[in-house]
Amino acid sequence: MDRRNFLKVTGGIAASLAATGLQAKEKQNDEEFVGVLTDTTRCIGCRACEKACGEAHDLLVPDVENDNALDNLRTPSEKQWTVVNRYETDVGEVFVKQQCMHCWQPACTAACLTNAMLKTKEGPVIWREGKCIGCRYCMASCPFNIPKYEYGSWNPKVQKCNMCYDRLQQGKKPACVEACPTGALMFGSKRELMEIARVRIYNHPEKYVHKIYGEHEVGGTGWLYLSGVPFEQIGFRTDLGTTPYPEYTKEFLYAVPLIFFGAPALLTGLHFLTKKDESSEE
Amino acid sequence: MAGKNVLEIGTATPFKKGYKMDKKTIFFGEVKRFFKFILQEMKPRGKWLTPFNIISLPIMFIGFILLILRFVKGLGYATNLSQEFPWGFWIGFDVITGVAFAGGAYVITFVVYVMKVEKYHPIVKVTVLNGLLAYMFYAGALVLDLGKPWNIFNPIIGNSFGYNSVLFLVAWHFLLYMATEFLEFSPTIAQWLGWEKLQKILKSLTVGAVIFGITLSILHQSGLGALFLMAKSKIHPLWYSEFIPVFFFVSSIFAGLSMVIFEGTISHRVFKDKIDSKHHAAFDEIIFGLAKGAAITMFVYYFFKALVFIHGGQWSYLTDSWGIWYLFEVIGLVLIPCFMFAYGAKNRNLGIIRTAAILTMIGIILNRLNISIITFNWNIPAVYYPSWIEIVITLMIIFTEIWVFRWVVSRMPVFED
Repeated sequence: MDRRNFLKVTGGIAASLAATGLQAKEKQNDEEFVGVLTDTTRCIGCRACEKACGEAHDLLVPDVENDNALDNLRTPSEKQWTVVNRYETDVGEVFVKQQCMHCWQPACTAACLTNAMLKTKEGPVIWREGKCIGCRYCMASCPFNIPKYEYGSWNPKVQKCNMCYDRLQQGKKPACVEACPTGALMFGSKRELMEIARVRIYNHPEKYVHKIYGEHEVGGTGWLYLSGVPFEQIGFRTDLGTTPYPEYTKEFLYAVPLIFFGAPALLTGLHFLTKKDESSEE
Repeated sequence: MAGKNVLEIGTATPFKKGYKMDKKTIFFGEVKRFFKFILQEMKPRGKWLTPFNIISLPIMFIGFILLILRFVKGLGYATNLSQEFPWGFWIGFDVITGVAFAGGAYVITFVVYVMKVEKYHPIVKVTVLNGLLAYMFYAGALVLDLGKPWNIFNPIIGNSFGYNSVLFLVAWHFLLYMATEFLEFSPTIAQWLGWEKLQKILKSLTVGAVIFGITLSILHQSGLGALFLMAKSKIHPLWYSEFIPVFFFVSSIFAGLSMVIFEGTISHRVFKDKIDSKHHAAFDEIIFGLAKGAAITMFVYYFFKALVFIHGGQWSYLTDSWGIWYLFEVIGLVLIPCFMFAYGAKNRNLGIIRTAAILTMIGIILNRLNISIITFNWNIPAVYYPSWIEIVITLMIIFTEIWVFRWVVSRMPVFED
């Protein structure tokens, strides 16, 4: 399938999904999650994505020419949903764009007690202000430390990349993808992106490490990475495992009904067993 | 007690059927008497310039002002919270440690109302009061930490239920448990108001409330631990375990018992005149019993902790300073006080038991802070320590709780049978 065509299709899907609304949950969801593939071997560190992101979301638009931001390692912040970092590696400078990974089974959405953090059925993980109570459990849970908080505000927001959810619904690509001049960023369904990533590794086995970051990490992420150097060297945590994070609390949550009904039964039983004969029922 | 007499007159004339006008006048008279009584009870009693008041009043005043500033200027003004440390002292100490210490209420109500061990009856009311206040103030401190507390109704009234969230469960259980503890304590309030009929009705609900309360306690004590299950990549492996919920639940038993011993010892000195001599004599026996209970639960806790440690093959982690810190917590502040409790109970030595209670409490504070703050993000350079404002507001919360406790026990029949 050619890429342009495939993008048209996914864009169309996104638009039609927006029209049908969220009621479609009961129907079988045969739509595929969308994601982005970052090929770090193609990134030149121009930070056009940072600029485009700031412009698209009314956040900080960095002065790319003059701020020398690449001299330090940064993380996305409450002012910038995405940042590019420079790493010195065995094969020279490597630039890595960082943002929300849009996990398939996100820790943040499992943590959220109001569903303010939401895994949309299109794939992006979004935050909804009207629902958030500001408990920051999403921040404590995220294995990638992505959600950021406006501590300086009396009415603080959680800030994180939403994969330009609004733009996707208009059939557009994420702003960063559109701004990328080298094709280091590619938008599509995860299945499609995985195929492209594998083809690149297959065609250039000497150029890439034979791993796609995000294929299995924490149960799979929407954002995928290709690299020419081992991922530990360019700031990735490779010790996060492949278990989706919500699984860690699942066992506890399964035990809840057991205790919720088991304990009162046991305790009520004990109460009557220990009741003295003279004190008959009231 | 003049206030009480006023009310007793009211209850002596019960409503009669058929007398509509009378009913109305009685009702309004009753309301009037009620407010008069409350007003009278609001007045301070005893000396004003006690050392406790002199220390606590300025701190409460400053804390209150800082609290207003916190809501005007945001969390960043008042706290040292950061993007790396979304939870700090208010969550780690006020909420998570405070709730562990409140565990005494469900343990004692279990022993008294379910197991019918009459020996502990004299302390049940004051323990429930302590638990209720602890939840109101310490679990309530959660609200101060919320960025958008006005949205707290979202998870409660149901326009946004995050069923999958452990925090959803914990928040709901806090609320329900506060209600059940209030129900458990309400007969004492009714007695204070002189509403005997209501007191009887409320008393009949106690066992049900107790059973529901114990269930909720098991779930939210362990739930507080389960909050950290998804912080797997952030907490030091010596403290992270899939069994954190079990550890939190079991340790809340001896945390609560230690608190009952500690608080009881202080109460018996401060409120000496309110406690009858029979109760005084029984209290030593109660402490020995509580010490035995604490010793056994602590040993079970320690055994399970060791089991998880050995099964996880964590010997290699013991070589650095984190390892020493871990051993200090688990051996120094669990195993040693465990033996001290056992020794003190066997040899009837109150001094050792009280020391053990304090050591255990320090151990609980350390354990909860280790998981929520100290070893959280152990693998990155960022560190967190509380700001002075966080500490002052915490002190304000603690002092206010003690003030309310003192107000209640010097007016309501908490220490009487």
